[in-house]
Amino acid sequence: MEQEIFGITVDQLVLAGVQTVYMLGWGMLFGTVIGIGLALALVLSRRGGLMENRVVYVTVNVTINIVRSIPFIILLVAMMPITRMVVGTSVGSRAALVPLIVYIAPFIARMVEASLLEVSPGVLEAARAMGASNLQIVRRFLLPEAYSSIVLALTTSVVGLLGATAMAGYGGGGGVGDLALTYGRERFNTPLMIFTVVILVIFVQLMQAAGNALSRRLREPR
Amino acid sequence: MITLERVSKRYVTKSGTVDALVDASLEVEQGDIFGIIGFSGAGKSTLLRMVNQLEVPDEGAVTVNGLDLTSMSTRRLRRTRRDIGMVFQQFNLLETKSVYRNVAMPLLIQGTPRAEIDRRVSEVLRIVELEDKRNASIRQLSGGQKQRVGIARALATSPSILLCDEATSALDPTTTESILGLLKRINREMGVTILLITHQMHVIQRICTKVAVMEAGRIVEQGSVLDIFTRPRRPITQQFVRTVVNDQMPGPLLEVVRSETRPQELLRLRFVGDTVRRPLLAALSRIEGLEVNILGATVEEVQDSVICLFLVQLIGGAQPVRRAHEVIDDAGILRERIEI
Repeated sequence: MEQEIFGITVDQLVLAGVQTVYMLGWGMLFGTVIGIGLALALVLSRRGGLMENRVVYVTVNVTINIVRSIPFIILLVAMMPITRMVVGTSVGSRAALVPLIVYIAPFIARMVEASLLEVSPGVLEAARAMGASNLQIVRRFLLPEAYSSIVLALTTSVVGLLGATAMAGYGGGGGVGDLALTYGRERFNTPLMIFTVVILVIFVQLMQAAGNALSRRLREPR
Repeated sequence: MITLERVSKRYVTKSGTVDALVDASLEVEQGDIFGIIGFSGAGKSTLLRMVNQLEVPDEGAVTVNGLDLTSMSTRRLRRTRRDIGMVFQQFNLLETKSVYRNVAMPLLIQGTPRAEIDRRVSEVLRIVELEDKRNASIRQLSGGQKQRVGIARALATSPSILLCDEATSALDPTTTESILGLLKRINREMGVTILLITHQMHVIQRICTKVAVMEAGRIVEQGSVLDIFTRPRRPITQQFVRTVVNDQMPGPLLEVVRSETRPQELLRLRFVGDTVRRPLLAALSRIEGLEVNILGATVEEVQDSVICLFLVQLIGGAQPVRRAHEVIDDAGILRERIEI
């Protein structure tokens, strides 16, 4: 007989963990790339920005606001047709990634936007004065000056995304959150419920500690 | 070397339009330390930024080393900017990077080879006397040291022009002196033309050769520093000069003067350069029926020369006073009557 803890098999538990990490990992990767891209678009195109462009700014700004105002659970359901088009199915961890990315990217964009706006305008002016191109300003001044703050923003985003993976999991994506809901809550398996919550709490603590440490290190001079 | 011709700039804000610059013209020659002085909001910052086109004029022409900057392509403008270093009041350094990294930045940007960057950074750090801070973090430095890094960074690309945006305004008096000394040395030894803006007449006095006074977006007066200090014409210029060479009668003295019952005249005498050597007081005291009383005196060094100011009370009748005027005028000393 397979080994069981809290009424489920170890394999189930490991699978759930792998699924959560899968959704978090890929979700953060795509979300970060898209989010930083959107944040740069906002910061560069805003009034007084390096590449001021009203059309770009308004478009990106409004789009982010719209997506951000949709509750994730609705986004999850509403996006099913699109998800099916993109990955061919609307169930499984891979399918859950699509709404997760759509959910987290605008969130990251807003957080990173705030980080980028913290960079002293004087530093950017100095960069322009020394003859840097816009690309060089972004690559050598804007992003490096904001790295530490961006890491904190991303840490907050991981935790937010973790919450969303629980819901996505319930919608067919699997993962630790799904485990807690289907096995823990619906089968009145309170020990399992508590166990998963403890795991999630520890996980969040570790992520936050790692984020803080990395952020602090990035503030040290190199 | 730098020519601004009838440059105007207007900002449109929610609360209305602001004329930041109105018809501003000036010419900076090779080797000058040209100072622009004015109160905050006078437009000096905008004017300075015209020279490297961080601000683009609405009207007028900006020429640097014979090149018209206003009609230049972005790419050429970026290249031209490398010949114009800039130093800021708030230093604007990368706080999370080392001194080396900060100074190397302009060179990295223009794709200078690694070895060449190393050599050049050492060179400019030696000029600003910060060789030992090469690997220090910016945050560990004092304000004066940060500004030295700022200057080193501006000099890294061997520019022919250095723009200083209130470079000493955030520093204490002692540090200000050392930074001003450094700027003067850079001008003398490396032949770098300096254009600076400030609200401290002291800075103009210490290092500038020429000065322009700005008020409400206009250049209201300009000339050699010695001329401006000797004969300030506009009220605002007089106000600035007064912060260094005080020509006002102190209140308590005014009382003394007013209580004098004999006929008298109060004079402000300005000695400039060689006239300082004239034995004027001895000559005046020899005039019969005239009593000379010195109420106050100041001496200031300006542009390798000396400006000396006397507040003098002449007591006596019309005849000896007229004689005194002749003596003063013959000595080439500037005489101005003070009304009380």
